[in-house]
Amino acid sequence: MLAFVLTLVLLLSIVIVLAYAERKVAAFMQDRLGPTEAGPYGSLQSVLDVLKLLQKEDIVPAAADKNLFKLAPILIFAAVFAGFAVIPFTPDLVPAGIGIGVFYLLAIISLDVVGLLMAGWGSNNKYAMLGAMRSVAQIVSYEIPAGLAILSAVMICQSLDFQEISYQQGALMNRFPGLEFEMNWLFGIEALGINTTTIGGITTWNIFRAPILLISFIIYFIASLAESNRAPFDIPEAESELVAGFHVEYSGFRFAILFLAEYSMMVLVCLVAVILFLGSWNTPLPNIGPVSLAYWTTGTVGELSGILWGGFWLLSKTFVLLFLQLQIRWTYPRLRVDQLMHLCWKVLTPIALGVVLIAGIWRLLMI
Amino acid sequence: METKTIKHKSGFWFAVRSLISGLRLTWKHFWNAKNRRTPEYVTDKNYFNQPEGLVTLTYPYEAIPVPDNGRYRLHNEIDDCIVCDLCAKICPVNCITIESVKATEEIGLTSDGTKKRLYAPVFDIDMAKCCYCGLCTTVCPTDCLTMTPVYDFAEVDIKNMIYHFTDLSPEQAEEKKELLAKQQEEMAAAKAAALAARKQ
Repeated sequence: MLAFVLTLVLLLSIVIVLAYAERKVAAFMQDRLGPTEAGPYGSLQSVLDVLKLLQKEDIVPAAADKNLFKLAPILIFAAVFAGFAVIPFTPDLVPAGIGIGVFYLLAIISLDVVGLLMAGWGSNNKYAMLGAMRSVAQIVSYEIPAGLAILSAVMICQSLDFQEISYQQGALMNRFPGLEFEMNWLFGIEALGINTTTIGGITTWNIFRAPILLISFIIYFIASLAESNRAPFDIPEAESELVAGFHVEYSGFRFAILFLAEYSMMVLVCLVAVILFLGSWNTPLPNIGPVSLAYWTTGTVGELSGILWGGFWLLSKTFVLLFLQLQIRWTYPRLRVDQLMHLCWKVLTPIALGVVLIAGIWRLLMI
Repeated sequence: METKTIKHKSGFWFAVRSLISGLRLTWKHFWNAKNRRTPEYVTDKNYFNQPEGLVTLTYPYEAIPVPDNGRYRLHNEIDDCIVCDLCAKICPVNCITIESVKATEEIGLTSDGTKKRLYAPVFDIDMAKCCYCGLCTTVCPTDCLTMTPVYDFAEVDIKNMIYHFTDLSPEQAEEKKELLAKQQEEMAAAKAAALAARKQ
């Protein structure tokens, strides 16, 4: 229960910051100022937006399928929020440390699609329906390259437990029960003979441990943009064609929930990218001889310093990816549906399949 | 006609390069966001010299200065006005309303030495109707009606867009009217008396 409340509060605060950052980053990239009035530099703008939405009337269209319409936002948010349960925030803080976290996450995120379709169908609005159809087609398609990219990381790490994957990517690896005698080698090639187990830092991140994962990271990142309906894959809610896509009929509290779910999804996919590929809560600074930067910037596991350092590195890496998501939104034009499907099925999926094969071979080099 | 094939650049690395150049462009704008446009007058040499940074000015707090002789809101210097009604007559949108009352004696001189013989109990300009053509200021014989550089005078109530320039209170105006009526009565009486005297 405590984990639920803590995760919810953390998520809400990240989403508030992200919504503000989105507006400011968008404004700066377009040579505008963004919000300036509410609070210093407009920093209270997103809080006020939420308060405004909560005050609004909860409108359910007369022709809507009322049950589906009312249930959809809750299902969408619940699906995304449930995904946070397996995310390790620090070396010893994970809401639910289950052994098949990656599998669970992929499964629970897929429920999101059902919610989207419920929202689109229940609205009884053609724009909402089109948006929902596009959304479902897109998310279902992009789960394949994303899943294959995740699979390659799982093959390298030989684990479905996010916490175990996290421990493998740092100097603390041998502290994890079951990994006491594991070794990390530079680029994962034991034949090179450079042991990075105690060097840690960036050299043990998955993208360095097995450089092939850099490609699967890029594939995953592109696919995650599509899964969270972000530009340039935002055709489900293409403002200029579909008004707002599947949530066009929503207002007030229910819209706030959908908005929250959308931003939570962004945060979640970035967290997963960080945990699987970019070293999770591990510091990027390696131990260099007597200068043990990695240990200094990791803190002590189980104490406050470990929690603060772990949270700091995890969140700062996540925010870098989130910034990249925002920047991509304001840089690239939207893809057409056929281009979207071309990219997914003819480009990303074959490459991801190849990467999975190479990752399997790479794993053989690591042992 | 010769048919030409347009060669499109294509290929993986070309796509990657163009994607990166796009990101570089937005990043450049984001990075330059620390600079802001300054509210400079057009003659300032910095005015056209700020290609980078945020262009928005937070208007009520900062604004680009307008020329000193900007021709926006009308102003009537009622002390100099001889209530000739020319401005009201030339106004193409009839936004000026003037009522005049003859004075019983000379009221005084305007600043350019013209004698004032009329009071203006009503001198209203409806700025909501005004089309800013400036005709009224060109016909004004004493140059009392001018356009000022004030441009931000939006009002919540449209009635407040009517500007009253008269310097007479309603009571004073009433008094002047009575004085005039009395004088005219006296004059009429005097005239009647003179006429009667001539008849005899």
